[in-house]
Amino acid sequence: MAIRINGTDVQAPSDPRVSLLDLLREELHLTGTKKGCNQGACGACTVLVDGERVVSCLALAVQYEGCEITTIEGLSKEGALHPLQEAFVEHDGFQCGYCTPGQICSAIGMAAEAKRGVPSHVTDDLSTDTIVLTHDELRERMSGNLCRCGAYNGIVAAITETFVEAGE
Amino acid sequence: MIPFTYARAANTADAVVHGSAAGAKYLGGGTNLVDLMREGIEHPAGLVDVSGLSRDITETDNGGVLIGAGVKNTALAENRLVRTRFPVLSRAIVAGASGQIRNMATVGGNILQRTRCTYFYDDTGSRCNKREPGQGCDAIDGFNRIHAILGASPSCVATHPSDMCVALAALDAVVHLEGAGGKTRRLPFTDLHLLPEGRPDVETVLEPGELITAVELPAQPMAARSTYRKVRDRSSYAFALVSVAASLEMDGATIGDVRLALGGVAHKPWRAWKAEEVLRSKAATQATFQAAAEAELADAVPLKDNGFKIELAKRTIIAVLGELSGVSA
Repeated sequence: MAIRINGTDVQAPSDPRVSLLDLLREELHLTGTKKGCNQGACGACTVLVDGERVVSCLALAVQYEGCEITTIEGLSKEGALHPLQEAFVEHDGFQCGYCTPGQICSAIGMAAEAKRGVPSHVTDDLSTDTIVLTHDELRERMSGNLCRCGAYNGIVAAITETFVEAGE
Repeated sequence: MIPFTYARAANTADAVVHGSAAGAKYLGGGTNLVDLMREGIEHPAGLVDVSGLSRDITETDNGGVLIGAGVKNTALAENRLVRTRFPVLSRAIVAGASGQIRNMATVGGNILQRTRCTYFYDDTGSRCNKREPGQGCDAIDGFNRIHAILGASPSCVATHPSDMCVALAALDAVVHLEGAGGKTRRLPFTDLHLLPEGRPDVETVLEPGELITAVELPAQPMAARSTYRKVRDRSSYAFALVSVAASLEMDGATIGDVRLALGGVAHKPWRAWKAEEVLRSKAATQATFQAAAEAELADAVPLKDNGFKIELAKRTIIAVLGELSGVSA
């Protein structure tokens, strides 16, 4: 069984030690996904697995046979940036850019979670299926992505414009 | 990371066969185990991937819930039955880790995760009886602000890091196990984890190769009125200094029944049996809450840096009981 990465089937590595992150970066040269801490703390390596955000550094690639992976390289369509990528540019959602691919993949997964009613630590009413992505909800849900430049205000603005105001 | 073999289990029986081999370990989402292997603390000869097994959440005949061990933490927290009947469990899960990690981590793996004691993690520089039995413990006289105040031993002062498990302890959860030869058994969740005593490396009563297949929540009507409060150094994505899970049933102004458990204070999720005893059938007053908190923490022993946890645990218990009963200071 293969791993489907950005629409292309890739053979799983024969060595089970290879992380999904290292498969992406070292073998497939998809270097948009970043290796920050390599221990699940920073979120720079976030990718989407069947639409769900995960940290690829703690993922053994062999575990993901049969899954569909989307990285930052797979978000643009026919040369056009994803609306969230455009919004990051518009709102200065980065300075050095190192955390950005992880922030963007994480935000896309996060928006899908909120849309289907997944509660967060700051959700008051657990019975609701309608999550309003307020500033506090966004910051809480994105707490697994660190930005050491401190571009959080721009990041929140970009996500808000894309998923709250435009209702993407 | 040292080399290891990898096998994806086809079913539970297949998993147990592979999992009973020497040096084998079960793999869930990998969020803790892969990290520990990279750090050189865990070095299994083979991984048996059980993350694809038992991923259902089903309602039981008596109004409880049966949760497959392979259910992801996010899936459990968002489940409608869990959110409405056992809100303490949803709240505990979303208080832990990050969105990404909750999407990977399984229920079984969450239960069996290892301590985040910094000396346990420091393979090259520190002594640790949990990592290397008989070696000694550098945490006891070290920087031990995050360590245990209840049930610790001269061998180990580590804490269990899970939030989810604190809720399971309060909910009278039952663990379903399958071992060699298809032998199954059920165990109260509060009997699964062990206190460190002289063997902190032995963390549960699981037999070699025995696999957690499911966790059952028996019906607990009062859990509809339940919550989880976590106190930590950051407001998000940090382990608990102290946490409290509680369910409460009021009978007028009197406490009808109660379940209470603490996190961040002991080697295992800490069911507060003594506090519950004090609370049952008493008037729901600040004085009652205080007496219950005092009773539970009476045996607490502070280390050099963590004495604050004793008062913090008491205040958190009192605050949670006040919130659930509507009786505030």
